[in-house]
Amino acid sequence: MRSEAVPEHEAAASYGTPTDEVGAFLSRRREQIAQRWADEPLFRTVFTVSRDEAVEACRSVVDALAQVADSGRVEDSDSAGFTVVREQLARMTAARSRSGMSTAQVSGEVDALRAPVVNLLVADLPDAPPEHLRECATTLTVLMGTLRLVVMETALTEVQALIDRQQMQLLEVATPVIRLWDGVVAVPLIGTLDSARSQVVMETLLQAVVDQQARYAILDITGVPTVDSLVAQHLMKTVAAVRLMGAECVVSGIRPAIAQTIVHLGLDLGTVVTRAGLADALAYALHGLGADIVHATPGGAGQR
Amino acid sequence: MSGTAAGVEARLPIGSDLDLVWVRQHVRQAAAALGFGLVEQTKLVTAASELARNTLVYGGGGEVETVRVSDGRTQGLRLTFTDHGPGIADLEQALSDGYTSGDGLGMGLGGARRLVHEFAIDSTPGAGTTVTVTSWVARPPRQREES
Repeated sequence: MRSEAVPEHEAAASYGTPTDEVGAFLSRRREQIAQRWADEPLFRTVFTVSRDEAVEACRSVVDALAQVADSGRVEDSDSAGFTVVREQLARMTAARSRSGMSTAQVSGEVDALRAPVVNLLVADLPDAPPEHLRECATTLTVLMGTLRLVVMETALTEVQALIDRQQMQLLEVATPVIRLWDGVVAVPLIGTLDSARSQVVMETLLQAVVDQQARYAILDITGVPTVDSLVAQHLMKTVAAVRLMGAECVVSGIRPAIAQTIVHLGLDLGTVVTRAGLADALAYALHGLGADIVHATPGGAGQR
Repeated sequence: MSGTAAGVEARLPIGSDLDLVWVRQHVRQAAAALGFGLVEQTKLVTAASELARNTLVYGGGGEVETVRVSDGRTQGLRLTFTDHGPGIADLEQALSDGYTSGDGLGMGLGGARRLVHEFAIDSTPGAGTTVTVTSWVARPPRQREES
């Protein structure tokens, strides 16, 4: 690769290309490197059960690096050698982030692995010509940089997977249907009511109307920060669908600011029964069921 | 549009539903920081939500630029939505309530105009659409020198 800078007779005599040299060095000094790395914060803090565990983890990283060096593609984070340790690196970075480390700090810890191994390389090749030694050190530095990149990639993949999982969880979690009374169900809507969410809401609500034989379904939008024309459209579609099922839909939790906004926006919710609060909506539904709430009178028997 | 720009506050991309959430949150925070009341905040955020969705759905995506403006007496927030979509051939029709070229309610553009203090739209068929809206903080009668 870059061996043309080395005088030909010397290179031919005993030294291979820098990548071969680095690969051979990593295999030869595997144990020493692993022992040194095990004392670095990255490994020491993740593998707390025993030092042997940390050393074992270090060995597998050294093996991976040696394999990448042997393949000659030290700049390529997609090198086959890294695949083996990707999962382990993911677990390690996840453990570090859980203990409150920022991505930059984890990156710094990976960078801290570089100095010990480069020092070891320099000590390992005492008789090599300075030019060759410099090239080997550069190659090893590049390789360690690629390792850092792999760790960061793994961390990003983890974050993306976490975001995807949480989005799915939000879809599931944010739409509980609550039975408030015989024949009265309510859905407290929280957060952004986009098309996917409103579809889930409609499905769960309609199913609940069937399952509970509900005559009243209350949509509470106290937790919806913005009601624009699309949200209103979703609400009206849900109301219409509930009506088709033979139940009546009440929209509650309309705050003053939302009410004014709806008026200015020009939305006509005239066909929808609305109430300011969930309690008002429940009272409306109970009245419709003929189950008015009557305050107990002093001295008389309390009425249910 | 009146007032002088007091510096670009942010420039946000509009390319997905998630970006709409971010636009709404950003506008709400910016409006709250300027001292908008709850009702004015909600109105401006709702207008931003309508316009950002138009940018996404009808303009094929674009961006919004938020600028703090001042007219010497009070401060305001100016939002400029830009897309490079097909544009709007008949602006008057697009602004009328109930008209939509998609499957919405047709209230977005006209509704947004009623929710803000100043509204300007500029569209060239085939080249894109720019909508600029501004809302001002309603100040109490007694004013301070600096806020």
